Amino acid sequence: MAADIVLRGGAVVDATGGRRADVLVHDGVVTAVDGDLEAPASALVLDAGGCVVAPGLVDLHAHLRQPGREEAETVESGSRAAALGGYTALVAMPNTDPPIDSAAVVREVLELGAGACCDVRVAGAITKGRRGEELAPMGEMAALGVRIFTDDGNGVQDARLMRRAFEYSSALGVLLAQHCEDDELAEGGHMHEGEWSSRLGIPGIPVEAEAMMVARDVALAELTGAPVHFLHLSTAMAIAMVRAAKAADLPVTAEATPHHFTLTDEAVASYDPLFKVNPPLRPRADIDAVKAALADGTIDAIATDHAPHPQEAKELPFDQAPPGMLGLETALALAIDELDLPLERVLALLSWQPAHIAGLAGQHGGPIAEGAAANLCVIDADARWVVEPERLASRSRNTPYAGRKLTGKVRHTVLRGEPVVVDGEAQR
Amino acid sequence: MRHLLSVADLGPDGIEEVLRLTDNFVEVSARAIPRVPALRGKTVVSLFYEDSTRTRLSFETAAKRLNADTMNFSVSSSSVNKGESVRDTVTTIAAMGVDAIVVRHSSAGVPWQVARWTDAAVLNAGDGWHEHPTQALLDCYTIRERRGSLAGLRVAIVGDVKHSRVARSNVLAFSLLGADVTLVAPPTLLPPSLAGWPVAVSHDLDDVLPKADVVYLLRMQRERQTEALLPSLREYTALYGLTRDRAKLLGDDTIVMHPGPMNRGVEIAAEVADLPGAVITRQVANGVAVRMAVLFLILGSGGDLGG
Ligand SMILES: [Zn+2]
Repeated sequence: MAADIVLRGGAVVDATGGRRADVLVHDGVVTAVDGDLEAPASALVLDAGGCVVAPGLVDLHAHLRQPGREEAETVESGSRAAALGGYTALVAMPNTDPPIDSAAVVREVLELGAGACCDVRVAGAITKGRRGEELAPMGEMAALGVRIFTDDGNGVQDARLMRRAFEYSSALGVLLAQHCEDDELAEGGHMHEGEWSSRLGIPGIPVEAEAMMVARDVALAELTGAPVHFLHLSTAMAIAMVRAAKAADLPVTAEATPHHFTLTDEAVASYDPLFKVNPPLRPRADIDAVKAALADGTIDAIATDHAPHPQEAKELPFDQAPPGMLGLETALALAIDELDLPLERVLALLSWQPAHIAGLAGQHGGPIAEGAAANLCVIDADARWVVEPERLASRSRNTPYAGRKLTGKVRHTVLRGEPVVVDGEAQR
Repeated sequence: MRHLLSVADLGPDGIEEVLRLTDNFVEVSARAIPRVPALRGKTVVSLFYEDSTRTRLSFETAAKRLNADTMNFSVSSSSVNKGESVRDTVTTIAAMGVDAIVVRHSSAGVPWQVARWTDAAVLNAGDGWHEHPTQALLDCYTIRERRGSLAGLRVAIVGDVKHSRVARSNVLAFSLLGADVTLVAPPTLLPPSLAGWPVAVSHDLDDVLPKADVVYLLRMQRERQTEALLPSLREYTALYGLTRDRAKLLGDDTIVMHPGPMNRGVEIAAEVADLPGAVITRQVANGVAVRMAVLFLILGSGGDLGG
């Protein structure tokens, strides 16, 4: 049994609001929340002075690369990066090798996650091999606890197949999540299509490639009544469609990544593949639309799309390099820095709203009160730090934020009552 | 200037400086022994990931006429065929102690990446659809040779602008020197956005030709018709080719240019390429002198041009 923990001197912030309180954790559960707690002498005291004590963050979208691409990331290294970023849970995407499209691979990844630094949940593929041709055994995977299905990396192109997937999934009580990209329109593109792609001579991906699939899936959600979650929305056009769908009370949710509210397509002018990502970095107007949608509730969650790649892959010519960038260790600070939102709203987007979408609300993101699962993070919202790629816990180094000064750092992370990060250092 | 990656690195003053130096090297090239020892002891490597014998030979001839040592690292004759990364190849070349690397690659931006990985000077000899700065410089020189200056000239760039590094570099260079540039192409062969481009656009070649001082024809690639960008090459020629009939619309001293190699009968009629206004072989000849000027500007110490 783990030692008792006292988080001393912080301000508790959760979905119910904020108040000054110490938090006592015993045997994986919050046992007391009070202004000035009497702690047992044997308890480990973690200083939360000047900090916010919050429910652990929940990432709906992380690529942990295991099985198959362990040189880029493993469940262990990725979960350590997550814990350092304040996460107590994440959803691992299924575009591994082999893909997570069967009960066997789900079991494999869940076993790897058993000893991880955060709660590792798995997204299963919608179609076998993520090829967009036949349905994967969603029922068998759902029986192992899989709650989100997606072919992420690919959008499901075939509208009829997607309709069947929605219909079939609705009996399982699971959520289908779409990587919104019309392959025909996006064909050959490597960055946002517009002023910069035209100048740089790089084939572009038009915003319509994202918007057309959002429009289709809104229509299919209405047709089938099944809920849909839109991954990493990046365009004003798609966001307007989600806003309209929500106004019509359709069962849609959406996420956005930190890079889509912090970086513009102008960054590609360096021709550094660190800035290659899919969906691509967009112009300022789209960034403003993402921020507005995070502020007004159109977008429900910030998700990292943490996508590690080895250095040699990110040194290929821009049009040959794989898309994707790291995100787990920088998401919280970027949200604090770049979104003009009170911390409680930022935490809603990073913790309790994604926890709800992932079906984790009983374990993660809930109010910090007696009897709650002790999945917590302690955030020094004023701490200044500089992103140094060499110091990241991820196996890969492909952050686009090297050298960037950020404000807001995780001091401690507590997973099921165990301190996995103490004073900004991973404990295992 | 350390590298020549983009025409924009030069600016109008830099372009003028290259063109002034080129005058000297045109004179050198006309000598019985067309050599000067300006870059003696320097080594210039051509690193071509895309076949372009004419550009490679032009750079290598330029380097040799400046008495530089040259090496050729071409895709067919080296380890780059065997999956070696560009970075490893560049590191290997740099370890040999080279002073300049001339890079050609089918992907936009590779010369920028190479410049981050080496202390040697990097010269962009064409990167994907993006830029081909020495082509633009030799085109500027060739126009200036005929007309004295580009200021106020009306230049029509005709054809596949979207996929053309020559067009991107020339739009920059011509406009920096004060020319008025009009792009003439079907909408499918223009870049998706022309925001920030100092150009006018026309889809009517017959309207543009009589007013043009320079008509610059781009090479049309046959695969464009399979990409649903054009119904057929025949229709392209009918609407945008400089046919024999259409050539009658040209002014008496209008210059006709082409970066080569030409598809005679597609973007330009065979007879038109041989008209007195066509300066296509001058472009090739000036290419060597312009590249001498660029190499001298980047690697030279302002030393002896006398020879
Ligand atoms: Zn995706």
